[in-house]
Amino acid sequence: MQQADSADADDEGAGDAGMPMSQPWYALFSRGARDWLRHNQKVRDAVQAYLPELIAGPDLISGPQQRSVQVPVHLLEHAHFRLAQPRSKLGAGQGAGQPGDILRAARPLGMEGEPAEGDGGNGEGELRLLLEFAVDDIMDWLWEELKLPHLKPRHLSTIADVAYVRAGWDKHGARSRLDRRRTMKEAIKRRAIQGQIPEYTQESTQKRTQEHTQKRGQQQPAAFTNDDLRFRQLLLKPRPSANAVVFFVLDVSASMAQAERRLAKSFFFFALQGLRRSYARVETRFIAHTTRAWEFSEQEFFQVNGMGGTIASGAFRLAHELLNEHYAPGQYNAYLFYASDGENFSEDRSAASLALSELLPLLNYMGYVETVPGTPHTMETEMHRLCAEQQRHGLPLQSSILAKTDDVWSAISTFFQHEGEHAQEAP
Amino acid sequence: MKDEAATLASYAARIEALALALGLDFHRVDFELVPNHFMAEIAIYGLPVRMRHWSFGVRYIHQLVQQKMGNSHIFEVMFPGDPCHAYMAQSNSVAENTLVTAHVLGHADFARRNQLFTRFSTMAGTQIVEESAARAHRIELALQRHGADRVEAILDAALALEQHVDVNLPLHRARYAGQASAGPPPPSAPPATPLAPFSQLYQHLPGEHAVVTPPTAHLLLPPQPENDLLWFIAQYGPELEDWERDIFLAVRVESFYFYPVYACQIMNEGWASYWHARLLREAHFLPPSLYLSAIKSHSDVVRPYAGERQLALSLNPYHLGFCMWEDIIERQGLEKARQICRDDDDFSFIRNYLDAELADKLGLFVHESHRDGETRLASRDIHAIREAILAPKYNYGAPCIAVSLLNDDGSLVLRHDHQRDGRGLDLEQAERVLAYIARVWRRPVTLHTTDFRGTARVLGSARATPA
Repeated sequence: MQQADSADADDEGAGDAGMPMSQPWYALFSRGARDWLRHNQKVRDAVQAYLPELIAGPDLISGPQQRSVQVPVHLLEHAHFRLAQPRSKLGAGQGAGQPGDILRAARPLGMEGEPAEGDGGNGEGELRLLLEFAVDDIMDWLWEELKLPHLKPRHLSTIADVAYVRAGWDKHGARSRLDRRRTMKEAIKRRAIQGQIPEYTQESTQKRTQEHTQKRGQQQPAAFTNDDLRFRQLLLKPRPSANAVVFFVLDVSASMAQAERRLAKSFFFFALQGLRRSYARVETRFIAHTTRAWEFSEQEFFQVNGMGGTIASGAFRLAHELLNEHYAPGQYNAYLFYASDGENFSEDRSAASLALSELLPLLNYMGYVETVPGTPHTMETEMHRLCAEQQRHGLPLQSSILAKTDDVWSAISTFFQHEGEHAQEAP
Repeated sequence: MKDEAATLASYAARIEALALALGLDFHRVDFELVPNHFMAEIAIYGLPVRMRHWSFGVRYIHQLVQQKMGNSHIFEVMFPGDPCHAYMAQSNSVAENTLVTAHVLGHADFARRNQLFTRFSTMAGTQIVEESAARAHRIELALQRHGADRVEAILDAALALEQHVDVNLPLHRARYAGQASAGPPPPSAPPATPLAPFSQLYQHLPGEHAVVTPPTAHLLLPPQPENDLLWFIAQYGPELEDWERDIFLAVRVESFYFYPVYACQIMNEGWASYWHARLLREAHFLPPSLYLSAIKSHSDVVRPYAGERQLALSLNPYHLGFCMWEDIIERQGLEKARQICRDDDDFSFIRNYLDAELADKLGLFVHESHRDGETRLASRDIHAIREAILAPKYNYGAPCIAVSLLNDDGSLVLRHDHQRDGRGLDLEQAERVLAYIARVWRRPVTLHTTDFRGTARVLGSARATPA
């Protein structure tokens, strides 16, 4: 159609400078749009590299609702060699006026986004992209990037929960488990074979006589024989628990300030995300302690302000009680994350050690993070020593130090890698 | 629509005949009506079909925003060659396209006369549109074969250095004298310079194995500072693969192609504007209403940017060029104008033919803007005006950066001629460009320049690891 148009134009005397009117390939796609998409892809890739910092910021731990992060980004700029901004720039202009006239007043201090001066500058106003990332996507990327092994449920020896699972068919079984469809199929197959045999073997007279005798016996193949019957088989299998419970334990003594809590919160969020990937249902319990321990709701948990000293054993005992009371060991995988600045009263040392050694065997895993914002000093704290001791006994505990938000992710990755190794050793 | 096309075609044929009668000399022009978005893309990419790169996407989105705001309307884009290719926006009215036809013929005439243009077409042929499409196709194949990341790394570097070519030397250059016949040197080993005949004679005396080492000064590459960074990297990149060289050279050819358009913008647009005005004026076959609306478009295009404020901080090259040509033709005749058209580029054109009288008539001035945005009318001196017009165009509009040394270990030393440019580089940008180069060069790259205070600085790409 378009071709015809162009031929017409030529016929009508357009001559050499004729205008073929065609609507060819370029109407179909846009190279500019393609390269724009590529640019956006690059932006997303660049943003992905900074994801841990990005999502350590917003309040993500509270609830699974509408979780997405909006990230304003500048357009990428293709760098070129160019001269430094001069103190004053000369340009050519046109119009009336005397040398010395002010053509444009100085802009007030602190005002941004003034259009470029002189020859219209680059003329490109400030464009920004607002990228929106679903938190779930972000988590997927992170896991992908770090190639973390997923958490595996603990070894199943202690799990009492069993269930029947279908496992194939057999020729014998209870009548109630007769698989009618399967039986019918078997019967059809058998009859088809019996009906066709003579045609296949006509050449061999020896066989033919044999088959004739057979055929005479089964002029009409039987509709069903006992051999056709198929029964569903069931096996008794232990069912791995699909549920998990996570205890978040936070030291809220006076020494835990805003910065410490923020670190703890980011860490808790990531840990929770990691567990959510492994279990169908994850329950959360929040415990805060000073010299005593209380359970809190999620909203209150991070607002709690405590006074006075630190006795960790109370929190461990409370977790132990809750675990015994509400979560049967066969049905729940239990995790505990403890965040503290590492201080614990030395009078509490033996009590805390005892509480931990009782609690830990019931847990799949315990993660301990020490929040020391700012200076990453490697002081041997009371709590750290306690945890190290438990770790030496082969109990599933890992500790890590958080100094800045970046550390959250490295703490998480050591934790999950550790778990992964365990999971690989288990089978 | 079809009627319009037929009308336009008949006008175009008659305008072309008129142009020939008036002595315009041009290769055949293939006109094509294309959708607006394609016009925008031609303007962004510089060529109808060109290599893909994300930076074009950024320009595309800016252009789209400009169009939405109504700041930008592209009537035509024209590619000189044999035949020339001209693209006109479908949304143009018949009157506009009649004007555009005449304008394009003016460009075609200019491209055939001007020495810069003819020099390029003798070096690179006259089929730039097709050739650039072929190059784009090769790069597309490289994308499939080597992946987007590797191709992009090459294009990041090559397109960042787009203006860093030496247009005074031929497009097709041999390697430095003495090495051309030796073929590519082994990577990272500096190619041996030829020995003097005497040394050659005694180089392999029987029983003697000592290699005669020529003085180190002779081994240094490049023999003189090399401004053609694209060429140098393509030729001497220590580990560059052939397809990578190919991309570098593709960008370089296109850069050479763009140079005449860049260096003759004022002349070329002025010339085309002069001819479209004259052709339309003398095209008595045009209906008066069409002539009127065409000439209205003409005055929209060829007017000072000033508008109602009577003052503009930048010059419209169409207006400046148009006024200069009118002045030249009025005072010195068409023959002289055609001679200027042949011999000059914008630099000589402005210096020789923009005189104080004309500058005064046009109200040209030099303004000075400070960092705080205050802008003053600085001068009406003709020399200052010429300099202000031309300064941004020197050296293809890019800082003068040359390869000063290729070390034995393959590391590359670049040097910025800050004295010639009058000031140092934007260091942050320069570091990023160095990182682009280092990914391609795969050896350390350093750049000597100064910062905005004039203090000497050496930038390095040490952090950039080889890809």
